[in-house]
Amino acid sequence: MTGFIAILITAIFVENYVLSKFLAICSFLGVSKNLKSAMGMSVAVIFVMMAATAVTWPIYYFLLEPNNLSYLQTIVFILVIAALVQFVEMFIKKSSPSLYNALGIYLPLITTNCAVLGAVVLNITKSYTFAESMVNTLGAGLGYMVAMFLFNGVRSKVDNADVPASFKGVPITLCAASIVSISFMGFTGLVNGLFG
Amino acid sequence: MADKKPSKLKILTAGIIKENPVLVLILGTCPTLAVTTSAINGAGMGLAATIVLIGSNLVISLLKNIIPDKVRIPCYIVVIAGFVTVIQMLLQAFVPSLYEALGIFLPLIVVNCIILGRAEAFASKNTVVDSILDGIGMGIGFTFALIIMGVIRELLGFGTLFGIQIFPDGVPTVAIMGLAPGGFFAYGCIIAAINKLTKGRAIKKKDFDCENCAGGCEGCASAQKGECAK
Repeated sequence: MTGFIAILITAIFVENYVLSKFLAICSFLGVSKNLKSAMGMSVAVIFVMMAATAVTWPIYYFLLEPNNLSYLQTIVFILVIAALVQFVEMFIKKSSPSLYNALGIYLPLITTNCAVLGAVVLNITKSYTFAESMVNTLGAGLGYMVAMFLFNGVRSKVDNADVPASFKGVPITLCAASIVSISFMGFTGLVNGLFG
Repeated sequence: MADKKPSKLKILTAGIIKENPVLVLILGTCPTLAVTTSAINGAGMGLAATIVLIGSNLVISLLKNIIPDKVRIPCYIVVIAGFVTVIQMLLQAFVPSLYEALGIFLPLIVVNCIILGRAEAFASKNTVVDSILDGIGMGIGFTFALIIMGVIRELLGFGTLFGIQIFPDGVPTVAIMGLAPGGFFAYGCIIAAINKLTKGRAIKKKDFDCENCAGGCEGCASAQKGECAK
């Protein structure tokens, strides 16, 4: 049990996918401006990530590896994610229009979100078991959400600040992200301290 | 882009300076930040992405009349993923140290917004030769930006350049430049410097809040990259 909690805490804070692994920076910078869309995107990402892990892990260990096809990993995983996103979109559209209205516009964007492909590939690289993979993915998704939520707050302050003309827009956003990222470095050693 | 039939040279150089994918269009941020802890890694990543970009532009512009419009994005992704797998296997066989250093970001070239973006915005509308030139130009632009980032971060963070000691031993280095926050900071400062040099002309309209594409570059790549890049 402690193992799972350690994996979860590591994925959320210590190795935050956005701020220390640099995955999903595009959507992090693009969508974090508005809290509502930031949360919508995060929920959609968590959902797709979990589903993708649940599908890709068995595919890798029961189909690719026994047949010596593990070099096809990248192609198979991205296809699974793309198909999954399409399928989820159609399913939600039919079954729950209100959920579709809330998440719908984010779903097509998720195919190219590197956090999703990153999470499923890392689960294989770290040779996690199925349960560990699911926990790690959940942590990754929650970490994405935490980063989005925090950065949205920082950003609404930065947008009102008087910054030099050449720093307006993208550059100051990146510098703010840098400072948020420094604060996440404070979590280094947390897991070793708690569970080591 | 195809308004006035730009010359071959223009297509080639557009990606290097005027439409530099990283420094002007702000695409492909993830690998830009992640692998540039040293100049040599930046160059390796840039070259790997360039080869994928040229290959995918070539194949997609050849297939542009065959691929049905509705499923074009998945088709592009399969083409790109094929090339990425080739590069992965080549690097693993011949340059294992670089393969280790790039790690997860090598398979993630598949979802690099630059490559999908060029497939959608350029290769699917232009001739084979133009698409190859565009791939070469964009690739050089990407590599160039990664090397700049890598040089700055490696020099300040470790006091070395391409692995060679530049600063003498006594000079303290700014270790944080080699870590995650330094990546964001260096990238922000480089874009600010370009803003200053071009007096904001280059980046003014390239803020993240492009309404057409809610997801930044992801939105552009999968939805309407063409409109956004204009």
